Amino acid sequence: MSTTTYAGAPVDVDAEGFMTDPSQWNQEVAAAIAAEAGIGELTERHWQVVEFMRKAYLESGSAPSIRTLGKASGVPITELYQLFPKGPAKLAAKVAGIPKPRGCI
Amino acid sequence: MSTQPNGGASDAEPIEKVSIIVSKGSLEGVYPGLIMANGARMEGIEANLFFTFFGLDAINRAKHDHVKVATVGNPGLHLATWAGGIPGVSALVTHKLAEEMEKLDIPPIPEFVEMIAESGAGLYACKASVDLFGLGEDDFIDEVDEVITVGEFYGLAAGGQIIFT
Repeated sequence: MSTTTYAGAPVDVDAEGFMTDPSQWNQEVAAAIAAEAGIGELTERHWQVVEFMRKAYLESGSAPSIRTLGKASGVPITELYQLFPKGPAKLAAKVAGIPKPRGCI
Repeated sequence: MSTQPNGGASDAEPIEKVSIIVSKGSLEGVYPGLIMANGARMEGIEANLFFTFFGLDAINRAKHDHVKVATVGNPGLHLATWAGGIPGVSALVTHKLAEEMEKLDIPPIPEFVEMIAESGAGLYACKASVDLFGLGEDDFIDEVDEVITVGEFYGLAAGGQIIFT
């Protein structure tokens, strides 16, 4: 674990850049992580996924699967992959400031 | 942490493309290939699925919801062969396993295949097997891209890894 700086704020991250303390997150931090991850400008649809992801994690203690994202986030799977081409669950979790999902599905 | 049990950062060249062959028609024969393909897409890795022989059942619209665990000739189940052959046992074991999978958020085969197609993976049927079983394109779910020859499969797989299941 190390500390890095996003949007001028110190943030604890793991070796792959996933935040380890969700309470250090805010929208500016999210935008900075997205820019660094090559996602670019976050659209309303990105935010919808990111906020769903964060809420689900904070409520249940684990990140939702792609299946759940596709069914419950309001963004279908095809679009999830357009928004986050390098992996929706992983990248949305990163932007949402929650730990890396460990699920296989 | 110095070790990375779940992959993570590594100096090795990352995998960018996989082509996965599903050749078996039992539940335990189909799922590993689907999980590998879905997992590849989840990591942003390009993925193709090539269904051959009884693996075609996974994309056959009449059969994909009826793929069962092999309860005969499956030592991993630790069930006597005679018991595995009793009518209904395969259906029962499949049903139990499906319940456990649902708890883990693993979708049933039809939904899983659809999900993988929506994730952008290519779905292909093996021409030799399609001809052998007397099947046509209409027998397959809409998500299947094409019936292709083994040569075309190698063309699609070029530049990536091939995984046979």
